[in-house]
Amino acid sequence: MRKYDYLIIGNSAAAVGCIEGIRSVDKKSTIAVISEEKHHVYSRALIPYYLEGKIDRDKMNYRPAGFYEQARVSLFINEKVNGIKYEENKVCLSSGEFIEYGKLLLATGGKPIIPPIKGLDKNNVFTFLSMDDVLKIEKALSSAKNAVVLGGGVIGLMAAEVLHKKGLNVHVLELADRVLAPVVDEHVSCIIEKAFNEQGASIHTSNTIQEIHGKENVESITLQDGTSIPCDLLIVGVGVSPRVELAEGTGMEVNRGIVVNKKMQTTVPGVFACGDCASIYDFILGENRPLPLWPNAYAGGRVAAFNMAGIEKEYTWGTSMNSMHFFDLNIINAGLNISYSNSEYEIIHTEDENKKTYRKFVLDKNGVLVGLILAGPIARAGIFLNLMRKNVDVRPFKEELLCENFGYASIPEELRWTLLKDDVILGVV
Amino acid sequence: MGKIQVKPEVCIGCHLCEIWCQVAHSKSKNIIKTFLYEKTIPMSRVVVEENLPLTFPMQCRHCQEPDCVSACISGALIKDSASGKVIHDPSKCVGCFSCVMACPYGNIFVNEKTREIVKCDLCEGLDEPYCVSHCPNEALVYVSDD
Repeated sequence: MRKYDYLIIGNSAAAVGCIEGIRSVDKKSTIAVISEEKHHVYSRALIPYYLEGKIDRDKMNYRPAGFYEQARVSLFINEKVNGIKYEENKVCLSSGEFIEYGKLLLATGGKPIIPPIKGLDKNNVFTFLSMDDVLKIEKALSSAKNAVVLGGGVIGLMAAEVLHKKGLNVHVLELADRVLAPVVDEHVSCIIEKAFNEQGASIHTSNTIQEIHGKENVESITLQDGTSIPCDLLIVGVGVSPRVELAEGTGMEVNRGIVVNKKMQTTVPGVFACGDCASIYDFILGENRPLPLWPNAYAGGRVAAFNMAGIEKEYTWGTSMNSMHFFDLNIINAGLNISYSNSEYEIIHTEDENKKTYRKFVLDKNGVLVGLILAGPIARAGIFLNLMRKNVDVRPFKEELLCENFGYASIPEELRWTLLKDDVILGVV
Repeated sequence: MGKIQVKPEVCIGCHLCEIWCQVAHSKSKNIIKTFLYEKTIPMSRVVVEENLPLTFPMQCRHCQEPDCVSACISGALIKDSASGKVIHDPSKCVGCFSCVMACPYGNIFVNEKTREIVKCDLCEGLDEPYCVSHCPNEALVYVSDD
């Protein structure tokens, strides 16, 4: 039986974060990756860029061709894990082979959510998550004219923009009364909907599919409000749910995602989890939740790696965060998405409708920044995330946050030099 | 690898670090040619923050555990294990600005027109970082690790 010091199930951002983390502190131990997909590690987040033609297939690769060899990682590609005997530290592959591990990382990712609508199994219905999806969509694009995108979240809207740019008639269906409702406020939803409508892509809110028509292929769709639209390409982009099947029924704690502590340890000793399959600590909420976002996957994998290698480290800087762009409108959000001031939160904001700019910040009772949305100019947005992470009371300079050229110079002296203490040399005059 | 540190008290706000950064990233490496004859004038990778009388320059810190690398969706940003540098490969970058969201210093700069980002590369290929060697008041220093 083959045995590895570190075994990783999954082959995306979280796995790469873990591999690079381990190799930064441990050059010798053996590492293996089991990947269900047959492709070299690629970036799912690049799918829209590839379909649009901005990048070629090679650039979809998240790490260069020799990545595994250089990191001395044994790769089990196109291999499915059937089950795990946690008490024996053994993973069973679908081929029947058992692999023994020292430490295990579950980085199994997420699976697309398919709503219970009849007809979503037809030939020209696609999800928008994997390389195989991309290759199928690419083929279908050559003859498609009328696309319907189910879901007005980040995935759905990015898909819609690409399809529109490819010359298709695009309709986006969103069940909520506005797009991107979980991550941005009404104002920004409205800006985005306007941007799509101005470009000629239709967004239907408070609406979804009533009925799908067609035999083997979708031919048209009746919406809940009775509208009928032609459709020869249907993208399901409603979101992802954590893949937890390897944890279920094993006694490992699962709460939507695989529950991990700040060290990314599951409730089974020696087993770690991160990325889209996990429920991780959100420092803004102070509790766990799935945070299926690229930065959290990579950083979570890296933190897991250190702990797997015996170096204690906690992942305490993850929260909800998105950097998006739709038709050249940049949007960055982070932390809590709260629309109006209330007894718990104070909202400050500034907007310029003509310039399509918007800046909004959410402060908690202690004046600590707990949420932000920037639309238009997004320069230096990370400073705000840093203030959130450092638990800074921003009330003494809150008006400054609204200025486009906000920077460390806008922060009161003492706090500024504390935040930059490793970067400046003071007391020279 | 060492890093560039700043002495804010002696920064006179002349912005020459920005100018010489542009020269360092130009084709000709010549100050006249850079600004008068080159087709595209490179963006500066160092920016002088101002809140007069306070001025001080900021550039990539080449963090030990860089948040920008975690956030990068394309693999364009990597932490080079040999040199310790955080390296940006523009040919892999798609302009998603996730790094801009992540950088705690705000030191990854955006070219809104071209949707590209630029960051300090410690003057790769040159003898020394130009912002340091050309600062007239020695407000920027290169502090070596060893």
